[in-house]
Formats: sequence, C-alpha cells, structure tokens
Amino acid sequence: MKHHYLLPDISKPGRVGCTLPSLDVPEGSRPPEELLRQELELPEVSEVDLIRYFTALSKLNYGVDSGFYPLGSCTMKYNPKWHEDVAKLSGFAALHPWQPEEQVQGALRLMHELQEYLTEVTGMNATSLVPVAGAHGELAGLFMVKAYHQDRGHKGRTKILLTDSSHGTNPASVAMCGMETGVVASDDKGDLDLKSLDSMMNDEVAALTLTMPSTLGLFDPKIAEIARLVHERGGLLGGDGANLNALMGQAKLGELGFDYVQLNLHKTFSTPHGGGGPGSGPVCAMENLVEFLPTPLVAEEKGSYRFVAPTKSIGRIASFYGNFGVMVKAFAYARSLGPEELKRISEDAVLNANYLKEKLKPYYHLPYDRTCMHEVVFSGKKQKAKGVGTVDIAKRLLDYGLHPPTVYFPLIVSEALMTEPTETESKETLDEYIAAMKEIAGDAAENPDILHSAPHNTPVRRLDEAGAFRQLDVRWEMNGKKK
Amino acid sequence: MNPKDYKYTKDHEWLCPEPDNKAKMGLANYAQSQLGDIVFLDLPQPGAQVEQFKKLGEVESVKAVSDIFSPVSGKVLEINQAAIDEPKLVNEDPYGAGWLVRLELSNAAELDALMDIDAYDKYEAEALAEGAD
Repeated sequence: MKHHYLLPDISKPGRVGCTLPSLDVPEGSRPPEELLRQELELPEVSEVDLIRYFTALSKLNYGVDSGFYPLGSCTMKYNPKWHEDVAKLSGFAALHPWQPEEQVQGALRLMHELQEYLTEVTGMNATSLVPVAGAHGELAGLFMVKAYHQDRGHKGRTKILLTDSSHGTNPASVAMCGMETGVVASDDKGDLDLKSLDSMMNDEVAALTLTMPSTLGLFDPKIAEIARLVHERGGLLGGDGANLNALMGQAKLGELGFDYVQLNLHKTFSTPHGGGGPGSGPVCAMENLVEFLPTPLVAEEKGSYRFVAPTKSIGRIASFYGNFGVMVKAFAYARSLGPEELKRISEDAVLNANYLKEKLKPYYHLPYDRTCMHEVVFSGKKQKAKGVGTVDIAKRLLDYGLHPPTVYFPLIVSEALMTEPTETESKETLDEYIAAMKEIAGDAAENPDILHSAPHNTPVRRLDEAGAFRQLDVRWEMNGKKK
Repeated sequence: MNPKDYKYTKDHEWLCPEPDNKAKMGLANYAQSQLGDIVFLDLPQPGAQVEQFKKLGEVESVKAVSDIFSPVSGKVLEINQAAIDEPKLVNEDPYGAGWLVRLELSNAAELDALMDIDAYDKYEAEALAEGAD
C-alpha cells in the first residue's frame, strides 16, 4: 500500500477532479494576471486519485472506532454515532450566533437544561458552559478564585497549591492566570499528604486544586479533612474534573467540599476528542463563586430563555457561548441515558479498571495496591530492571493493534503505565489487552529485543522522538525544494 | 563510571571542584539515563546567584521536564552553550562535554554536605535496586 505520498507527488498538469456545467450567466471579470500566484503549484489530480489519497490516510488513523484506547486520564470512551445525528439537525447546526434570543429558544433551552444536569451531577449551584476545553475551564476557575479574593480585599492570596501528581495543565493554568504554584506532596498511599498541606496552607494561598479521584486513579478518603483545612485557612478548594467518569451519581464534588470544578464534556459526556478539539470544559460553582462565573449563563423565566451575566462575572473568556455542538452531543448523552444509567457508567468504568488491575498485577508492579477508581497506574520497573523501558512496552502494544496507555505520567510513578479502560469496553476486549500485556511481560524477560525494536507491524516504525524535539521541522517544502 | 574526584547530590547532580573556589556542575549518569533523550536545557544567565540545593534550572527530556538543583551556593560564571545547542551531549558525556554550569562558590564549607564517590556509588546502586524490586 502506498502510504507515504502527498497530493503534489501525483499531480499532472491539466488533470481535474470535477467538471463544471457550461456557463449560463454572463462571464465576470477575472482577477488581473499579476495577482495570480504561479508558485503555489496547487496539485492537479483526478477524483479517483483524490478519494484514494484520503481513504489511504484514513486507514492510517487509529481511534476509539478502530479499537481499544486505554489512554489514562483521557477517558477515550466510545462516542455513540447517534450524537452526531442530533448535533447535525439543522435547527442546531445552522444557527447563527447573532440570531436574536427569541429565534433560538430551543437551543437556549438545551443549554439551560445541560447547565442544570451538570450542576446536579457535581452537587454545585450553577454552571457556565462557556469554556471550550478542560484547561480553559481550569483557567476560568482560577480567574474566579482571583476575583473572589480581590472582591474580599485579600490581595495577598496569590498562590495556588497543586499536588505532585497534577496534570501538566494545572501549573500552566496558574501561570496563565498570573499566580504562583506551590506543590503539595503525596503520601505513601498516593493520597495528599496532610502534613505537607498543613505546612503550606497560609494566608498567601488562594486555593488548592485537586483532581478527584487523583491522577493515580485513587479516591482520597481524607477529602473532607482536606477541604476543612483549606477553608479554615481562608482558601478555596478547586476541582479538576478530568476524572469525573469515576464519580457520576456516586459522589458529588460539591458535597465533598469543592468550591468549583471544571468538567470535560468531551471525556465524561462522550463527545469525540483526541484530535485537538473541539472540546468543552464547563465550570460549575458553589454559592460563594456563582456570581463570578464566566458570562453568559442561560436563565429561564416563565418558559422563556435568555442570556444573563453573573453580577461580578470574570467576563467573556470565549467568543459567543462556547462550543455549542459539543453541548448538543453531551445533552444527547445525558438524556439518552438518564440518572440511573449515568451512575452505572461510573460503576462499570471502575469495575473495568479494577479488573485490569487484578489481572495484570502479577506481571507489572503496582505501586499503590488498593482498590482503584476509573484508572489504574502500573509501573514498568520490573521490566526496566531487565533493560526494557515503558516506551518499549507501549510501542510493542501497537503491534497487537492496541493503543498504549498513557506513559511516564503521573511523574511520581517511575516508568508509569496509566491505564483507563472506560466503561464502553467488553470483558472480551479487556481480556485481549490483558493477554497482550502478559505476552509482553514474558518477552521483556526472555526476548527483550522484540520490544526494543517494536513496533514491527505499523505503517511507520519507531519514530525519533528526540529528533522531533531537537530539530522540529513541520514545514513541508514543495517537491523538497528549500526556499 | 562515576568520576572519583567529583562530589554528588541526592538529586544526582555532580560538582567538580576547580582551583580558586570555582567548580563545574552537571547531571550524573543516573539522572541522564532516567530522563532519557534530553531535548532542552534551561540554565541561569552568567552572573546569577544560586543557592545550594535550590532550583538552578530545568531539563526537558522526551519523557518529562525536571528541575536541576545547584550542588552549592554561589555565582554563575559560565554556562555550557554547546550543551544548550546540542542537549544530547548531556546523554552522551554527562561528566565531560555535557557539563552545565561553572560556578564561583560562596561558601566552600558547603562541599561537606555533598557525597563523595564511595557514598554516591552506594546511593546510586540503591536507587537502581529500588527501581528493580
């Protein structure tokens, strides 16, 4: 199969991919010759060549529609195709953002109801759907924290505490918000170290941001104590909702003591992601932060809906209203399942992760051996001792037609393999993954070369990751010509 | 092999003392091997003051970004531009061409807080063993 060619490689002068009907209106004037750029050398190909080109490219892709995708912390669950049909309904898809409110009552009602659902799931008081990605929702939350403290005259609270297992976006959002980070250590069970928090939680701290369950896939049983300590010292408790898939209908972040949380509709509420967007990262707030939410919210009065701005809103953080198409899919997901099924999703997600944990525990080191939530973090250090790195294990999985888990994260686990199966996988699929991982563990001990040289069956072999960093060159030159 | 005249930190940095209270520092072999292929170095400007065991800079590998800590307090005299331009020097020759920073020590007594070769070899062996169990 020809994989490695680009359209200009098969271009022939004069070849066309479509035939236009004969002109039945007066011919207009053409742009002057001197404005036409010959150097663009646009490819000239036939329709069949074009179709084969894109079909070949599509076969190189791997997604949740192709197979198992246990990329920890990303919640790569299957996205029902029915959502796409709903989002494509012209009443949603053909709306113009400047249409007057009275013409878009259906869309506003959908947004309002989705706000209510998310508020209910998180046990909070209100939700803004505006943020367009998880990290964007995090940033919105931090702006709310900043506004909250400034509103109370506490200008000295400029520090955000994070844990040493945080997502990389957590410190990045803090920096974007112009605040400083402090890192709270984890204890030997993988939970937040209360002593470390106690020593750091002073009057410079604006908030502690926690992922719940943590990026180790663990539920911290001390959460009530943590929340109390943070609140007693005048701070807020922020939630990174990346791992909400473990908690729906099981525990409400508001009741656990969180003051706000950002969600990832593209993870938990099953809309396509992994290709860079579009996402949706709504931010939900408790009473103390509701008035700071990003604008607009949708309000309902006597059956009619309109946009409103919270009184002390941090303002607009995205154009218009956020990624509406993603909201439609999330709404479709919530409505088609209902509260009981959403609850079962979290139960199944947790069950699947624990099944993998128990089955693979004999073969891979498990740094925190306790019941996990929706994901389990193994360490490849048994294999590392034999010279096989986690990267080799991940590359070998590709030969089995499986997507690897997240590797080398969280940073507090050496040679980490962060595995999130999600609820949409059957026992048979999990067993297939377990069988592959067992074979790989066997090869690591007896036939390590097959791992060092993996992958063997993929369109491209092992990529030079260091070279890609050191000599980043993403600019394609026409016919290899250098300008 | 870790050089025998060097001093070492618990974070796997080395310090090579030079005459006149000067010294070079870099990452120990264990550190570079754990990091994997190094792709970027963020080092302080010459003239900057650094403190013992406090953050001196950052190293980025294909796996992660990690902090580099200074083995001693003092002033940055020089940074290794060759390693900044070509970070793989740190992987290939961590004790030689892959050095990072030359420092002027402000307190020579701080050297006592560093490990000598015997202590460090043992410390490194323990770190490797912990990775293996």
